[in-house]
Amino acid sequence: MKKRSNAPIYWSLFGAGGMLSALVGPGVVVALMSGKLDYARASAFAHNIVGKAFLFAIASLFLWHAAHRIFHAIHDFGIKPGFGSWLLCYGVALGGTIVAASSLLRIGF
Amino acid sequence: MPDITVEVLRYQPDTAEAPYLESFTIPYTEDMSVLQGLQYIKDTVDGSLTYRWSCRMAICGSCGMMINGIPELACHTFLRDYAPGPIRVEALNHFPIERDLVIDATDFMEKFPKITPWIEPKVAKKPSEGEYLQTPAELERFEQFSHCINCMLCYAACPQYGLDKDFLGPGLTALLHRYNMDSRDGASAKRMELVHSEEGVWSCTAVGYCSEVCPKQVDPANAVNQNKTKSAVDWFTRFLPGSKP
Amino acid sequence: MSYIRPMEGWWKKNPFFLRYMAREATAVFVYLYGLLLVGGLVNLAAGEAAFNGWLAWLRSPVGVGFQLVCLAVFAYHTWSWFVIMPKTMPPVMVAGKRLKGSAITASGVVIALVASLVIFFLTVTP
Repeated sequence: MKKRSNAPIYWSLFGAGGMLSALVGPGVVVALMSGKLDYARASAFAHNIVGKAFLFAIASLFLWHAAHRIFHAIHDFGIKPGFGSWLLCYGVALGGTIVAASSLLRIGF
Repeated sequence: MPDITVEVLRYQPDTAEAPYLESFTIPYTEDMSVLQGLQYIKDTVDGSLTYRWSCRMAICGSCGMMINGIPELACHTFLRDYAPGPIRVEALNHFPIERDLVIDATDFMEKFPKITPWIEPKVAKKPSEGEYLQTPAELERFEQFSHCINCMLCYAACPQYGLDKDFLGPGLTALLHRYNMDSRDGASAKRMELVHSEEGVWSCTAVGYCSEVCPKQVDPANAVNQNKTKSAVDWFTRFLPGSKP
Repeated sequence: MSYIRPMEGWWKKNPFFLRYMAREATAVFVYLYGLLLVGGLVNLAAGEAAFNGWLAWLRSPVGVGFQLVCLAVFAYHTWSWFVIMPKTMPPVMVAGKRLKGSAITASGVVIALVASLVIFFLTVTP
């Protein structure tokens, strides 16, 4: 019986983050560069449940997507990614997810 | 007749420690394949040149080698496209070199039977009960993946296989998929065990070069990556009642 | 005694692999931008002064430079993502014929363009 891989968890997050960043990434970058974002608008958006969901999605899923790709790229360079690599990649994504969630909760409704 | 310079990576384990490049300048005609060039060298210049070949028409899969760093079938690649050269011919990547252009395919051959590469009928039928019928639409679901000639160019193309020999690899996953997609077959669950493992589809990083080099347009990258979705969906739904592997 | 060739520098030896590595490298900027966004949320939660500090960094020369690089990198990510996407899909039949990979790529890129324009306009219009 071959051991089943748990890659699907990471891969699904990678896929979701990759799709999201592919669809809205350029738009978000241009939007933030526009100079039209101020505290009032950002705060209003973040107080809104839809806004919260979107902000959480981009902050968290971008990190999960990148973590998975970087983790596997380390392997592509011939280095066996160990726990240190895991922390730098998925650990940071997990940390970022928690910080993003707590910030959005602190912002309130 | 014009000439072309062919640089062959020689490896003669009984006489030298390491592989070395040897240059041959040979006459060529418009219709000569690289294989024919090698045959000319072996017949008239150096009889010790060693390589595999058989059908010389891109169906047996024997003459896979690296031509200017790209996995190709030597019978399917033409000297006229590389003249005046030098054209560099080396043994297929990611396999140990036995001698000159001959590689050790043991790993591929040992993995082969593990994918259950035959139909285990979903519903067993006695010959007297007639044939297993299949509609054109059912055939369409797997036919492309049945075109594999086991040439192993995809293994030479795949950097993940190059880095980790445990990986099942593109060609065998495509063949595995061929059987899973065949309406007559009932052994999916057994094959999916291989798919779900780290050495199955999860070693693939969607480089996609395997499908680029496949001489039969099997599209192994598609077989592997379709199975990532299958494997992932199954990972999440496996404990739900009524889920099929 | 069979000879085993080393894998060192494999990705430098073929333009296909260089493009693959470029695609994988986009993740570095998605990672950094993700951290920037988390930073933005932390500063937003901390109040107006903190958030204005974050905005000021976005307007700084380093910030602008970083975002311009991100824009280019994200565009390449969008493109390469939809190039590889058809490879992950089972055959899609449209009017009896199999939908070409290039059609899926084109659709994805168009949808990304529209989505990005929508986000931009929602942000800049009062």
